[in-house]
Amino acid sequence: MTATALSRRAQDWLPAALVFAFGLVAWQWLLPDVVHVQRFLLPRFSAVMSTFWIERSSLFAAGWFTFKEALGGFVLGCSTAFIGALVLARWKPLGRAVLPYAIAANAIPIIAFAPITNAWFGLLSPWSKIVISAVLCFFPVLVNTLRGLTSVRPESLELMRSYAASEAQIFRRVRIPTSLPFVFTALKVACVLSMIGAVVGDYFGGSTTALGVQIQSSVALSRYETAWAAILVASILGIALYGSVALAERLVVGWHPSTREHRE
Amino acid sequence: MSDSVVSISGLSKTFAKADITALDDISLEIGQREFVSLIGPSGCGKSTLLRAVGDIVEPTAGSVEVNGKPARRARLDGDYGIVFQAPVLYDWRTVAKNIALPLEMLGWDRARRVARVKEMVELVDLAGFEDHHPWQLSGGMQQRVSIARAFSFSPALLLMDEPFGALDEMTRERLNLELLRLWLETESTVIFVTHSISEAVFLSTRVVVMSARPGRVSAIVPIDLPQPRMAATREEARFFELVTEVREALHAGGADLA
Repeated sequence: MTATALSRRAQDWLPAALVFAFGLVAWQWLLPDVVHVQRFLLPRFSAVMSTFWIERSSLFAAGWFTFKEALGGFVLGCSTAFIGALVLARWKPLGRAVLPYAIAANAIPIIAFAPITNAWFGLLSPWSKIVISAVLCFFPVLVNTLRGLTSVRPESLELMRSYAASEAQIFRRVRIPTSLPFVFTALKVACVLSMIGAVVGDYFGGSTTALGVQIQSSVALSRYETAWAAILVASILGIALYGSVALAERLVVGWHPSTREHRE
Repeated sequence: MSDSVVSISGLSKTFAKADITALDDISLEIGQREFVSLIGPSGCGKSTLLRAVGDIVEPTAGSVEVNGKPARRARLDGDYGIVFQAPVLYDWRTVAKNIALPLEMLGWDRARRVARVKEMVELVDLAGFEDHHPWQLSGGMQQRVSIARAFSFSPALLLMDEPFGALDEMTRERLNLELLRLWLETESTVIFVTHSISEAVFLSTRVVVMSARPGRVSAIVPIDLPQPRMAATREEARFFELVTEVREALHAGGADLA
């Protein structure tokens, strides 16, 4: 990279870096010293960081426990949704019968079911969190994938018909590739939802090693620094998952306009 | 006629839902190595006629034979290539892979596919762009890829639905010449739908003039311009006479050409 490209890059990032720095300054000094925000509302940044460092091993153990629940729900929910969308796209009358409910389900706060899945699968079982995360992921992926699979232009299908293509060939060569940008848009939404599902699922009860349980009990014991440090861990893991999905998107649908950096 | 590539008799097509008679009792014979243009006002059913030949729409009455077989059999045998107004390329495939698509569908092995794609890329003047994706090409280049794809498996018949309709005049005239060269070299038969009278006259051996609602053949104008045609052909007196003849046939058929 040349020096000018580097400096242009720096200029692109400068505003965001300034906002970040201002946020830290506000958190560390402005809010506690100038606005007099109490410790139980928001502990100082330095206090959260030192707690984070001291308790890092137990925090990351809890984080990993909950992350596995989220990841399990993400994989389970997204894969069943993808297969479901294939079935609904293949048998259109079935799709027409089911789609309105899928769209409606997409609009309801599914997280409200978290206490119910806890009751169904057991408070301490990771499955209660995996299932709520999976259900959260399921509907956006189903609806978006189905939209992608059916947004093929008519000439594209006429072309395949001219080649005497079978339904399976049309899916493999046209419908599925066409749907992939839609699928990744949904996966990026779903990976965020899966973390929310797992952490909030923990709030309604779960193993003491779970991140959500630790956040809740820390607050109950007035250990606010620990609670904030745990939230930081949840954020790091959430961003890491999102980043992985975004990276996969670049690798898989690099040909698509939305992932292209340089248009010729 | 046994030497017909396409034989259409008594073809009608009604779209029941919209209560539209798109085609009414069309009969047409198209012989080997002919270049036939279908021209007519919007709604005359020229695209529907093309799709009936390709067994993409099913006729309400009448029959279509391609290479002496029912249209359906011909489609299943891969007897024709098709080009649309939009290039209909797959963004996730490179130029080379887009051209190879029908070859993959026909089960050609890799070596044969690679050799043919190389040939086609040179034929449509896209050498050096094999590994580009469609979105990296201009509209004219994209349509050349689409034409290369249609010709790639050497079908006896090419169906073209306004392939140059979305291109600028300059690109269009250049691609007209390229298409004629391809047609002469590959010894194929072409059915070509267009809105442009001069394009129809320049390209064709026969122009089929259609009228609308219901879609009927109102005139057939044989084009006796010598082959091979060149850019200068468009300036010949005979060219203008034929353009006038087709235009008058369109007017006689009730087309409202403003």
